Amino acid sequence: MLEISHVTKVFYPGTVNEKQAIDDVSLTVEDGDVICIIGSNGSGKSTLFNLISGTFPVTSGTITLNGKDITTMPEYKRAFVIGRIFQDPTKGTAAGMSIEDNMITASTKGMKGLRFSLTNEKRETFRKLLQPIGLEDRLKDNVGLLSGGQRQALTLLMTVMSKPQLVLLDEHTAALDPKNAETVMNLTTHYIEKYDLTAMMVTHNMEFAIQYGNRLVMMDEGQIVLDVRGEEKERLTVPKLVELFKHIKKKEFSNDEGLLTN
Amino acid sequence: MPSASTDGFFCKGYNMIEGIFVDGLIFSIMVLGILISFRIMDMADLTCDGSLATGAAVAAICITKGMPVVLAMILAFAAGVLCGMVTAEIHNKLHIPGLLASILTMTMLYSVNLRILGNKANLPLLRVETMYTWLPKVFPHLPTEIASLLGTLVVVAFIVALFDLFFRCDLGIAIGAMGSNEQMVISQGMNPEHLKLLGFGISNGLIALSGGLLAQYQGFADANLGQGMVVQGLAGIMLGEFLFSSNKISLITLRAVCGAIMYKALMFFGRKYGYLIHITPNDFKLLTGILVIVSLFIAQTRSKASDKGAKKKAMERSAQRHAQEAPNA
Repeated sequence: MLEISHVTKVFYPGTVNEKQAIDDVSLTVEDGDVICIIGSNGSGKSTLFNLISGTFPVTSGTITLNGKDITTMPEYKRAFVIGRIFQDPTKGTAAGMSIEDNMITASTKGMKGLRFSLTNEKRETFRKLLQPIGLEDRLKDNVGLLSGGQRQALTLLMTVMSKPQLVLLDEHTAALDPKNAETVMNLTTHYIEKYDLTAMMVTHNMEFAIQYGNRLVMMDEGQIVLDVRGEEKERLTVPKLVELFKHIKKKEFSNDEGLLTN
Repeated sequence: MPSASTDGFFCKGYNMIEGIFVDGLIFSIMVLGILISFRIMDMADLTCDGSLATGAAVAAICITKGMPVVLAMILAFAAGVLCGMVTAEIHNKLHIPGLLASILTMTMLYSVNLRILGNKANLPLLRVETMYTWLPKVFPHLPTEIASLLGTLVVVAFIVALFDLFFRCDLGIAIGAMGSNEQMVISQGMNPEHLKLLGFGISNGLIALSGGLLAQYQGFADANLGQGMVVQGLAGIMLGEFLFSSNKISLITLRAVCGAIMYKALMFFGRKYGYLIHITPNDFKLLTGILVIVSLFIAQTRSKASDKGAKKKAMERSAQRHAQEAPNA
């Protein structure tokens, strides 16, 4: 469904700060794939997401979604079919507005009209949707009053509500405490299964990466260095993953920390 | 011949309480416009200083040319929308902050306004039918000021009702969402540039409408009318915010209107009794600025105080818990 073909991204070309963030990356995402992406800081994971969602343009290469070339499509138009959740829980919701206003904005994509969609019937639907995250009685509360975990859960709900074809999860549990992170992760898998979503998830947590999804991609220095799926992925363990990474980098690490922080 | 007033708004020496209300109500339409940019969209827009006078100039020239008042007001509104859209386009296309974009528009508008007024600094509305010469004829048994008040009240009530409706519909909510978090609006498939065009447009449309009414009420349009209006509008908004806190749009609108009238009342009493402490209308801009600063200061200390209150409560609770646990230990 998503085809990334020979994509390159160079920041600040022609200056001393020139940086090749993505180096000739090609990746085909199949319908129903749930891909976990791991890699150390600066390996290009977030840049890849920014290129897919259109935050900034590619330097070269093409991105195709369901046969349609979206390489130069502006971000807000891609948002019709690509949902994205950021690491920062404040990015996905409008803090100064009530939960119901946030949800009504998210319930349809695209420019809004002079309609009053927020009816009591809609509120009832929202209440049901909010039940799993325990916010069903707080429709009128400002989102700014919620905790980071609650906000991220709400963002997740708002993203899947419009049933996007592709969901990009950019370390969406990294800013949460372990308990909230687990809750949001469980919700994520619940929604992915319920709505049969195709998802790409960046994570720093190797346990997560091994546990969730049917495919695992490792990035390093702007390139995809590992792409395993299916049974091969199921056989993966954290030590094996570290071993693979060492093999690729031909470097020794005293523990798996090296993979994450190097 | 009226001269450019020293505080911009209304220089007729009114001596009746109705005058404060009429003036405050006209002013409140402008405050609603500023509410859109500063509060709902969370963007600083100084276009107001130009678009208020544009509205006054367009309304005055249309009325002196013999157009019906309603049509003149619609044209004034449209002219304001155009001013706001210019600011939005400069901001959108050149990617410069809204503040700078609006300063550009505001400065350019000064010349444009003089052109509209036929290269004159002001245009009197003498011997022509305006809303405020028409109203006393409609209510012949009422005193002139009461008739003016009633008419203005109807206009403002109409605008407030439309305003509330708009910001409760999907499009209005989306503009609010953009003010709170632009990325979210993009993520929902909307182009924030379009929302800004619309938001700045409506905001300045209302401001120009207020200018048009003002020109009729004071009986002349003036190219200097808008000077310092943003700060006065902010003062009105902030005074209103002291009344009560709410996230409901109808109450936010209501308190903005109340704040606008309160500001005008303050200025009225300043004008009337200020001489007792040697304050003249020349000092009003300074005082308005100080009012805004004090309002900001109070708002800040309030939020600090509530933080402190929360901290104190939390400490008390933990102390209680310790006290309960201690005997068990």
